[in-house]
Amino acid sequence: MSLAARIAGSTLFFALTFATAGTAIAQSRYNLQPPATGVASQIYDLHTLMLIICLVIFIGVFGVMFWAVFRHRKSRGAVAANFHENTTVEIAWTVVPVLILLGMAWPATQTVIEMKDTADPDITIKATGYQWKWGYDYLQGEGEGIRFVSNLSTPRAQIEGGAPKNEAYLLEVDNPLVVPVGRKVRILTTAADVIHSWWVPAFGVKQDAIPGFIRDAWFRADAEGIYRGNCAELCGRDHGFMPVEVHVVSAAAYTAWVAERQAASAASAADDTREFTLAELVERGAQVYATNCAACHQPNGQGLPPAFPALDGSPVVRGEAAGQIAVVLNGRPGTAMAAFGQLLSDADIAAAITFTRNTWSNSSGEAVQPAAIAAARGG
Amino acid sequence: MSAVIPDHLHDHHHPAPGGLMRWITTTNHKDIGTMYLVFSFIMFLSGGVMALTIRAELFQPGLQVVQPEFFNQLTTMHGLVMVFGAIMPAFVGFANWQIPLMIGASDMAFARMNNWSFWLLPPAAMLLIGSFFVPGGATAAGWTLYAPLSVQMGMGMDLAIFAVHIMGISSIMGAINIVVTILNMRAPGMTMMKMPLFCWTWLITAYLLIAVMPVLAGAVTMILTDRHFGTSFFNAAGGGDPVMFQHIFWFFGHPEVYIMILPAFGIVSQIIPAFARKPLFGYASMVYATASIAILSFVVWAHHMFTTGMPVAGQLFFMYATMLIAVPTGVKVFNWVATMWRGALSFEPPMLWATGFIFVFTMGGFTGLICAIAPIDIQVQDTYYVVAHFHYVLVAGSLFALFAGAYYWLPKWTGVMPSETLGRLHFWCSIVFFNITFFPMHFLGLAGMPRRIPDYALQFADFNAMASVGAFGFGLSQLIFIAVAVRCARGIGQRATARPWDGAEGLEWTVPSPAPHHTFETAPVLR
Repeated sequence: MSLAARIAGSTLFFALTFATAGTAIAQSRYNLQPPATGVASQIYDLHTLMLIICLVIFIGVFGVMFWAVFRHRKSRGAVAANFHENTTVEIAWTVVPVLILLGMAWPATQTVIEMKDTADPDITIKATGYQWKWGYDYLQGEGEGIRFVSNLSTPRAQIEGGAPKNEAYLLEVDNPLVVPVGRKVRILTTAADVIHSWWVPAFGVKQDAIPGFIRDAWFRADAEGIYRGNCAELCGRDHGFMPVEVHVVSAAAYTAWVAERQAASAASAADDTREFTLAELVERGAQVYATNCAACHQPNGQGLPPAFPALDGSPVVRGEAAGQIAVVLNGRPGTAMAAFGQLLSDADIAAAITFTRNTWSNSSGEAVQPAAIAAARGG
Repeated sequence: MSAVIPDHLHDHHHPAPGGLMRWITTTNHKDIGTMYLVFSFIMFLSGGVMALTIRAELFQPGLQVVQPEFFNQLTTMHGLVMVFGAIMPAFVGFANWQIPLMIGASDMAFARMNNWSFWLLPPAAMLLIGSFFVPGGATAAGWTLYAPLSVQMGMGMDLAIFAVHIMGISSIMGAINIVVTILNMRAPGMTMMKMPLFCWTWLITAYLLIAVMPVLAGAVTMILTDRHFGTSFFNAAGGGDPVMFQHIFWFFGHPEVYIMILPAFGIVSQIIPAFARKPLFGYASMVYATASIAILSFVVWAHHMFTTGMPVAGQLFFMYATMLIAVPTGVKVFNWVATMWRGALSFEPPMLWATGFIFVFTMGGFTGLICAIAPIDIQVQDTYYVVAHFHYVLVAGSLFALFAGAYYWLPKWTGVMPSETLGRLHFWCSIVFFNITFFPMHFLGLAGMPRRIPDYALQFADFNAMASVGAFGFGLSQLIFIAVAVRCARGIGQRATARPWDGAEGLEWTVPSPAPHHTFETAPVLR
């Protein structure tokens, strides 16, 4: 069967199956994800239209070809005709495709224009791609000032096969993006290191995040729910492990979430001015290290040289704290080492640094306090 | 040069060195063509092994076979090896063997440069493959080498850059040779519009190569200086722009796509009339369609970049221009079908491959049209849908046409008919396993599976398993071709006459099979 026939056939089959089951649009394994925004619906319909047009042309052209293949065979006694060149036919098969293309271009143009209309958003959120996580800053609208980092939450053991995989395997994060239903959300994308791409298929949004530049896209989700996507631009080792998870919630739930987030950030600000004991810092640092550092430097601190150096026995980790703080805050340009100053709180950076200086064969016995990080930022 | 003095051409006047030195010093277009073909087949197998390792990892969710960084090296090198090592040199091999035979020339115009064009390739291949073994491994930035990811890579990236430089020089020299040969060395009476279509498509391809290979060289050189010499072409902090790399790369990259498919169109346009026993329906319109595709290929590059966030006007321009390419491509398909219509068809292996090419390549054409629609492309960009699309045009397109051509001209090259049984088996295994491998990738991409990932969400598991099974079947099927080629080379099988296909037209069928070492020492006269 032809490409289009198989797709159309299977979609029809699935549409019927789910229609009887009473589901509106279910996830088809053969088609685009069920659209959750107006733009995504337009894309879905455009794709269906294109498939049908292609299917008709396909049947026409290959009907003729296979007729010839089976009927005009030498073994069946066919004698070759000797016709060639016919201006009328040749003009026809040039002009007719142009007309078909015009028919395709018209709806596509309208969708392009709508996709690009990012004006007058209710909420603006900046999504920053890092190797390999997303950072979100709520810049404007309800929730302004909220910022957090969103990491893959699938445990390493599931990836390496030690544990059974859950349903949202590789599509789940610790801190999902939360937005209210029915509001226009403008996403500004940028990146800190290499190019990433912020993609939620159900929204019809895929926008590259380019270091040093800001790009934008928008969506207005029609229904509450959890929508999942991925980074769509190769960005290095863990490109396959930086999903996007968006929770679309009611206006009331969104307001509650904003209040909860703001309270949490007040608590974390208090941590930044506290003094910790060595044991507290090491314990907290182990968590921070596992989430932010272990992908490259590895849980055993051995790294993956030469791209990702070992921390166990590293001269930087064993040397003066100030040197290590500078590297963690500012990164190492030209390498995969990110500037964590933008990503983590003073307390978390202090904890992670203390952890690395007091784990494996490193044993400085020294506690780096949040105040030292704050001082390094100030200087 | 002896080529201009026919009396001095005979081998006994200047015995050629034997053994290895014959191949290193040869300036004969047939020897060089053979070396190109053997080289490209070896690279095809190397790239295939990488592909199978990728498919083994993707057989199941989770990480089983390779780690993510090595996985990225494999996808990158699979692309580079197949594009620059397998497909492009294979077409140059065909050009070397066939163009002089088809236009009645005694050899290529620049015979020594021809030798050098080929012998640049093995060192380049060694740099490329050898980069797996340097600290940090091969480049893992994707075959597109996007900055700034490629700036982060280890020294494997530098080796790849030099390999690309060397292969680019080789391609440019090969292209100049082909242009000069075709323009200056046609037999008397062979006007441009009497030239076999394969020569026309290669002439246009050669101009594309000369135009865009320097652009690629420039792009990778800028990466090299960004990496080592403190420039900031692609670094925003220094005033550069990462997206500029993509513009430069795809200004090369899109014509490159046609570099890999136009000669395939040429091969198929030779074979279809031969086995339909009927002239090509529209010779002139085929030539114009090829030229139109080549010209349009320079103004569509940013359709690879719809998700970078171009302004509306940019998206619309590149969408419309890309859609226009469907017109000349359609003209080609309609021409082939009209040539088959009311012919007296027979399906020996070359025709099987050529017909299979039209059928499966056109599917890739349709998905190409769907990808041209910018809003749909934004959904499928960087997903398995695109992987399916370009394998439909590069494997079922370029590769199938290469096999069609190989089965068609093997009798001329070796004097032995390729085994019909093995040829049919090779074709049917290839087309079935090809579709098992790549057809499900359309579904994977639509449902949201990104490309270049070593592990995936659970809903993609069954189609990935299916694709992996198909890939191993497809890979193993290619070993059949080794048997076919070795049998021909060793003289096992039915002897070929000078014109073994009864519908075949053209000067190459007027010389004996196998073609003697020197042909057309005196130019043939065309009626």
